[in-house]
Amino acid sequence: MSLILLIEQMLNGLQFGIMLFLMAAGLTLIFGVMGLINLAHGSLYMIGAFCAAAVAGLTGSFVLGLIAALAGAAVAGALVELVVIRRLYAKDHLDQVLATFALILIFSEGTRWVFGSFPLFLDIPDFLSGPVTLPGGIEYPLYRLTLIVVGLLVAAGLFLLISRTRLGIQIRAGENDREMIAALGIDIAKLYTIVFALGAALAGLAGALVGAIQSVQVGMGEPVLILAFVVIVIGGIGSIKGALIGAILVGLTDTLGGIFLPELMKLFFAPATATSIGSSLASMAIYILMAAVLVLRPTGLFGARP
Amino acid sequence: MTEAVLATKRISKSFGALRASDDISIDLVPGEIHAIIGPNGAGKSTLIKQICGGLRPDTGSVHLLGEDVTHSSTEIRARKGLGRTFQISALAMEDTVLQNAVLGALGGQGNPWRFLKPVLKDKALLETAKQALERVGLIDQANTRTAELSHGQRRQLEVAVALTLKPKAFIMDEPMAGLGTEGSKRLTGFLDGLRHEAPVLLVEHDMDAVFALADRISVLVYGKVIATGTIDEIRANKDVRDAYLGEEA
Amino acid sequence: MTRETVFNAVVLAALAIVPLWAHVTGELFTITLATRAVILALAAVGLNIALGLGGLVSLGHAVFFGIGGYAMGILASHAQNYTPLMEWPFLIDGTKSMPVIWLVAIVLSALVAFVIGLLSLRTSGVYFIMITLAFGQMFYFFSISWSAYGGEDGLSIYVRNGFPGLNTLVPIQFYGLCFAILALVLLFAAKLQRSPFGLALNAARQAPDRVETVGLNPMRLRLLAFVLSGAITGLAGALFADLNRFVSPTMFSWQMSGEIIVFIILGGVARLFGPVVGAVLFVALEHFLGDLSDYWHIYLGFLLLGVVLFARGGVIGMLLGREKAHD
Repeated sequence: MSLILLIEQMLNGLQFGIMLFLMAAGLTLIFGVMGLINLAHGSLYMIGAFCAAAVAGLTGSFVLGLIAALAGAAVAGALVELVVIRRLYAKDHLDQVLATFALILIFSEGTRWVFGSFPLFLDIPDFLSGPVTLPGGIEYPLYRLTLIVVGLLVAAGLFLLISRTRLGIQIRAGENDREMIAALGIDIAKLYTIVFALGAALAGLAGALVGAIQSVQVGMGEPVLILAFVVIVIGGIGSIKGALIGAILVGLTDTLGGIFLPELMKLFFAPATATSIGSSLASMAIYILMAAVLVLRPTGLFGARP
Repeated sequence: MTEAVLATKRISKSFGALRASDDISIDLVPGEIHAIIGPNGAGKSTLIKQICGGLRPDTGSVHLLGEDVTHSSTEIRARKGLGRTFQISALAMEDTVLQNAVLGALGGQGNPWRFLKPVLKDKALLETAKQALERVGLIDQANTRTAELSHGQRRQLEVAVALTLKPKAFIMDEPMAGLGTEGSKRLTGFLDGLRHEAPVLLVEHDMDAVFALADRISVLVYGKVIATGTIDEIRANKDVRDAYLGEEA
Repeated sequence: MTRETVFNAVVLAALAIVPLWAHVTGELFTITLATRAVILALAAVGLNIALGLGGLVSLGHAVFFGIGGYAMGILASHAQNYTPLMEWPFLIDGTKSMPVIWLVAIVLSALVAFVIGLLSLRTSGVYFIMITLAFGQMFYFFSISWSAYGGEDGLSIYVRNGFPGLNTLVPIQFYGLCFAILALVLLFAAKLQRSPFGLALNAARQAPDRVETVGLNPMRLRLLAFVLSGAITGLAGALFADLNRFVSPTMFSWQMSGEIIVFIILGGVARLFGPVVGAVLFVALEHFLGDLSDYWHIYLGFLLLGVVLFARGGVIGMLLGREKAHD
């Protein structure tokens, strides 16, 4: 197990985690401010990826594709909020789950109807392709490194938004006491639409960025959504900091688990069995982590204490 | 000195810098109604939660019938005989009045692990439930959905459910809240008779009721009990006057 | 006799008569559809004990569906390959006997439900929903990576398992078996709803504080409900695998979990026969709409949205009017 391989995998884990953070941040904001559980978040991720792929395919520009992803997801988010989500705030969780599940069906099949069942391709732009040499002689794909940087920048931006701007204050107030901010004369309807659209944009961005290294296809969003849920459970609902730390934990656990667990199993079993048991365990590692956190902290590492 | 049915011994609870309960020692002896009064924010609900089981005190202990229940859960305290009514009615709204009362009886009986026989045909449970409903005057509404009851009727149901437990002590959290003069008078009359079955720790804002019912009054201000005594003693107490009663008393 | 009881009797009668008629007229495919509906209904009836009665929004109930399915798949595949499951520390052979398989499915599902419940029920609300969903995924990915039993491709069982005294290869006989099981479970669910446990659980859903202060423990009530619920859905999973003679990771998928909840909501969440009506409706839609359009899920989505926003009582609610108090 060379150090270089280890560092490479850690960077991969970090990159995976940061992209998860973009999803989780939006989800945790939406839940924290509006009290809404949103299963359709994965669809917004998918919409972002499809917008990027479609526009990049038409214009040849990755950057335009990214802008399309942000805009497309944000607009889709705003529309969905105005037409459907609005009616759900006062309803119980079961209703929210079912309604947003219905949205998944509509978006997924709708996308399949427009774009067909075959995956779309989004290429890494030339100026971001190829390896970059890191200190220590490690070669790492420039694109993935860019994802890490972009993610961290977004995280910083979110922290600034929440702590320094008026919108941020409204968001924090809303998280603390939903009824109070209405009484204070803040335009709740507009705030909610903005928060929802912001979350959607983050999801769309993640979808577009990841779409270049995986494929862009219907149903790509839901597995990521569920992982984002795991992140939020670990990090605590409503906490952006929790989402970041949780996401990085999950990313690292998944990637490093995939490497180390098979190796670990080789101490106990023959190589072939070890690899198979190890990779099965690795696929469960994240959930075991989640279960462990739950036993110690039922509301997550940074969630509100009951 | 009669053994206290319920007692807190020097309980304290802080939330960060806020000392919600400061070294509180109060007790409840058989046959009495002991009222807890105090301005808003004095820490009455924190105190109630520590007595009933929702919160653990940082220091000090809670005793029920001589037993230390500080680390016991709410349901264990209930089974040992602590009956309680909530300030904001905590009732199963979709269920009928009878079903809520039967729930109380079921809890008192202690065995919900029966899956096949209809609960509303259980004679023992029905007996207890109906008796309680008759006592509070709700027997005619037995098959009404709780959500359709008036506010006053829901308060009556709260008391009925507490009664089904056949408790050794009652904790009543602002039972008069939201009742009109008629309702308050009726409930006051009812509570008057209740004290002989089991003593009542009564948290209340309604001073008419307090002065009509209380054998003893404890005054809670900023988490501390500043005075305990009979109605006359409290009325005459200068600290209490300053802190709470103002010109009225 | 309330309107709902009459309605339920009609549904049950229809579920008995229609497949019999199909058997007589040789419409075997209808029997298969009916079997599918009845088995899915069973899965949903199981979930409804946790969801409708207990208020537990379990978005990962496919876990139990899959466990039941794989219990069948593993036991039957070892039997059909004539290799034992385990040789050490003691010999366990495969089996193609349905009663044994069902017992294993039920016990295993109940055990897993106990563990998942113990971990998840410490949380509430949104956390619970997300955690159950996550556990579903865990099993899903695990089954994909478990190549010994087919991994992503799944596992085929060539011949339907056997039940003493019946020829399970005959569609109407297998249907009769599944129908009988559903009827028995419905009877149990009806009794459960009226029982002391049902009263306490239902109250714990509405007013957990109250339940504590009458001396009952909401967490234990919910845990038992979750275990019962998982066991029943697990049994449905074993039957489903037998119907299709095939088991695959999709039985664990989040889509499956979502579908089971959809059955309940389409039919009516607080109704005993809600899951049954919903499952039948779903299978009918799947068959007829699916013929018309490849994208029929869009229509399902709109229907579901409509029900959630405007017709909360589901089909039964629409047909019978306002819900009555449980009695």
